[in-house]
Amino acid sequence: MTITERARRKAEKLDRLGELSAARDDERGVSLWQEAFRRLRRNPAAIVGAVILGVFLVVAIVGPFFVPYSPTDTMGIREGLVKSGQGIIPGSSGDHWLGFDHQGRDEFSRLVVGARQTLLVGVVSTLIGLAVGALIGGVAGAAAGLGGRWGRWVDGVLMRVVDMMLALPSLLLAVSIAALLGAGLDTVMIAVGMVSVPVFARLLRGSMIAQSGSDYVLAAASLGVRRSKIALSHVLPNSLAPVIVQATLTLATAIIEAAALSFLGLGNPDTAVPEWGVMLADAQPYLGIRPALAIYPAVAIIITALGFTLLGEAMREALDPKLRK
Amino acid sequence: MALLEVEELSVTFRQRGKRTVRAVDGVSFSVDAGEVVGLVGESGCGKSVTSLAIMGLLPRGAGVTVEGRADLDGTNLLRVDRRTMRDIRGRDVAMIFQDPLSSLNPVVPIGRQVTEVLARHRGLTGDAARREAAELLDRVGIPDPTRRLREYPHQLSGGMRQRALIAIAVACRPRLLIADEPTTALDVTIQAQILELLKDLVRDSGTALIMITHDLGVVAGMCDTVNVLYAGRVVETARRRPLFAEPRHPYTVGLLGSIPRLDSSRGERLSPIPGSVRDVLPWADGCAFAPRCSRRTAACVGEPPALVLTHTERTYRCVNPVAPGEARPGAAAQGPAPATTTAGAATDGSPAGEAATTVPPAPREEESA
Amino acid sequence: MFRFIVRRLLQLIPALFGLSILLFIWLHKLPGGPESAILGERGTPEMRAAIRENLGLDEPILVQYGRFMKRMIQLDLGTSIATKREVTTEFLERFPGTVELALTAMIIAIALGIPLGYLAARRRGRFLDHVSVAGSLVGVCVPVFFLAYVLKAIFAENLHLFPSSGRQDPTIDATRVTNFFVLDGLLTREWDAAADALWHLVLPGLALASIPLAIIVRITRASVLEVLGEDYIRTAEAKGLTERMVRNRHVLRNAMLPVSTTIGLLTGSLLSGAVLTETVFAFSGIGAFIADSINQRDYPVLMGFIMIIAVIFVLVNLIVDLSYSLIDPRVRVR
Repeated sequence: MTITERARRKAEKLDRLGELSAARDDERGVSLWQEAFRRLRRNPAAIVGAVILGVFLVVAIVGPFFVPYSPTDTMGIREGLVKSGQGIIPGSSGDHWLGFDHQGRDEFSRLVVGARQTLLVGVVSTLIGLAVGALIGGVAGAAAGLGGRWGRWVDGVLMRVVDMMLALPSLLLAVSIAALLGAGLDTVMIAVGMVSVPVFARLLRGSMIAQSGSDYVLAAASLGVRRSKIALSHVLPNSLAPVIVQATLTLATAIIEAAALSFLGLGNPDTAVPEWGVMLADAQPYLGIRPALAIYPAVAIIITALGFTLLGEAMREALDPKLRK
Repeated sequence: MALLEVEELSVTFRQRGKRTVRAVDGVSFSVDAGEVVGLVGESGCGKSVTSLAIMGLLPRGAGVTVEGRADLDGTNLLRVDRRTMRDIRGRDVAMIFQDPLSSLNPVVPIGRQVTEVLARHRGLTGDAARREAAELLDRVGIPDPTRRLREYPHQLSGGMRQRALIAIAVACRPRLLIADEPTTALDVTIQAQILELLKDLVRDSGTALIMITHDLGVVAGMCDTVNVLYAGRVVETARRRPLFAEPRHPYTVGLLGSIPRLDSSRGERLSPIPGSVRDVLPWADGCAFAPRCSRRTAACVGEPPALVLTHTERTYRCVNPVAPGEARPGAAAQGPAPATTTAGAATDGSPAGEAATTVPPAPREEESA
Repeated sequence: MFRFIVRRLLQLIPALFGLSILLFIWLHKLPGGPESAILGERGTPEMRAAIRENLGLDEPILVQYGRFMKRMIQLDLGTSIATKREVTTEFLERFPGTVELALTAMIIAIALGIPLGYLAARRRGRFLDHVSVAGSLVGVCVPVFFLAYVLKAIFAENLHLFPSSGRQDPTIDATRVTNFFVLDGLLTREWDAAADALWHLVLPGLALASIPLAIIVRITRASVLEVLGEDYIRTAEAKGLTERMVRNRHVLRNAMLPVSTTIGLLTGSLLSGAVLTETVFAFSGIGAFIADSINQRDYPVLMGFIMIIAVIFVLVNLIVDLSYSLIDPRVRVR
């Protein structure tokens, strides 16, 4: 190797070095969400959660079109295979993969069709909780931000009310609402939604107070940016991340709460549309005969809730500024 | 024989999915008993990791590899077992950290944080420990020490907190004290007082001190020997005066040149070192400083520069060093603009003259109660 | 401190006032009324009207509310329509059971959760950590009543290790003092009664503990991890303190701050879990009783119970806030 050759190689090395450091500078331009998404993709828990939810969504949306039997057809009783009163509920067979339920309906079909109802209850009730909670939390947060005797008072009283909504054991709250509105699907959704109201309210208020006290808001205000603009372009987007994370986690609890309501006999009385919580509740009397009837919907609920929880926790981690970098 | 002999110390961080980082890459230096040794460099040059490695405070377990030796009186601190290291820490080697607020436990009273180290290493408990703690606080210039013992860190001012941390560090009269940027988080006026205090403590007790700093003003005011670090390796070692008078490594010259000075003429511009610490070449591929060096030659890339020993207790690691006298001799002779009030004269001044200047500062009340 | 307590209690008054109005309107909007519950399908309109008049339900709602408030101020919660007993008596009789159950669950959750969370944080990324993180994720996803049934089926009905229902074996004739069965047994030195009451608490306690346990493990782990990264832990290590000193005085004390807040907030969810657990184990507490009262439109019981629970919860959270300022000197209650 000649001396010039060696020198040229060294020069190349140095150039590459420059390129490397320049490239690193560009990387820093990515937004909070892109960065969070990249971190999410690397997290195995997030992948597992996403896969579970993907399967759940597909089943909920297209599953009902492909089930082998009608979920409401009491064929087992008609054909004399199921005699719940005498403790005869056959398990899986070639035609009926998961056997019959206590009313002689095909358990597998009910499980698949139930996914859609469960998803519906979860999503709608979470949205209700989010909307009402965000309203209360937003007012309290704004009042606290305004300060002054009245601002603090409004914030204080609203927060005590929220404290008390937390105090009424969530189920009691749901039970009360269910009793008030009479049994029905919308009742279940409103009742379950109201339970998450205080959580969203506290979260948004806390997040707003924290954000409006932060240095970048002061900096923007000192540059003469209008208050409304600061609120819309700085405070809101930064307060949003924890709310989205919480909504994902709430989807999990909503499904479980709905199941608990069904268990207390306040679920959807319309048995034409199966739902996992109702199926689980209906199976209780037959635990001694055929525990699988309770285990199938319970496992379906647990896995789905786990999917939401895994994804929610992973999102929380991905968005946590302390863990970034 | 030296009190502490660090030889070829290397620390490697290996993380899954990320590239391996060699934070310290063969650092060697020594500290004599009672000597003040400076470790100087920009942030990221490995000076803090070096000190944590000596203290055995690097996270244990997967991904962190520490190699080399750090002999304290013949005991290799890098190889002793954990339990022995816990006995050595706080008793023989103590450390002062950068941010005094976060370095003190917020929910434990100051007194308790002092007495627990007395209990651990000197067996003092109860009233004896409290009396000794009050005495320590008094020695580091905290007024009304018995009251302060009951207070919590947030009730003290920044300077007071750093004094409390120093009291904790010197509680067991360690033979070696490591101060990691002890003044960075403080106001300039407080910085001077803290440095003054450290200097007095070291001189009175004969404790050796490793001063980790990026501030050449601190070095000029305190250190007997200076080690300049770059990218995890010592690039130049010299006694204080020769270093400022005749820096040989281009990086040292750069550091000296990037300090604002009062006696420079108005039109003269600061000469910062171009680029940043991230633009490093791995030492295996040549001189790590080469990408930023104005004296770069073809010989700088290819293989690591050897350590050059000169006849005057000085070593440097450069194939194209700055010739003596080349780098603004006027600037270097007096040291850079001192960040400390007594910078230049302090270490060489007569002990009697100095004692008079160390008056404990008036208590600061604005953050208390 | 004193002013803080007074202000929090004063804020309680308008909030309680609001809550009582809402509750009142809500209850009286409920379809049906106590007369339906009492008479069932048989009652004639005259009988219904007589009962309503007798209970004062025929008067305008404002008058009814005024009467209720007047009694409230005198701390009189009225009489249950269904059981004809004082609401206060009903409460004092049933609440201890729920408290015993909730305390058992909380003790299980804290005693297991904090050490587990701490160890998981200390052994981050290793087997124990993965197991407890996975366990805590699954824990919050299992419906409490399903877990209760599973525990009952396995440990009570198949293995016969624990009783399957109730608070006390009916063959034991225990003396009642406070209606806290375990405490009663200890007070009256009826050791077998106390042991038996404890025995009855194990399975429902475990079922009820599942969610708090999962949450406490997770909060403790996260909080310990955060504290371990703090500078003052490095200082403590640099002092050469023993591992125990570092753990007890420095890590745990700071890590307990968020954990204690969480424990306070768990009180609410604990009570709703109690409703389900009490139902599964036929455990006579307030949970099942409230559910019945809703069905029977027992207005006084509902108003009274819910108001008391709300006050208790607010007080619990006040105590949590106060204890916070005891652990953390930086928090000044204002």
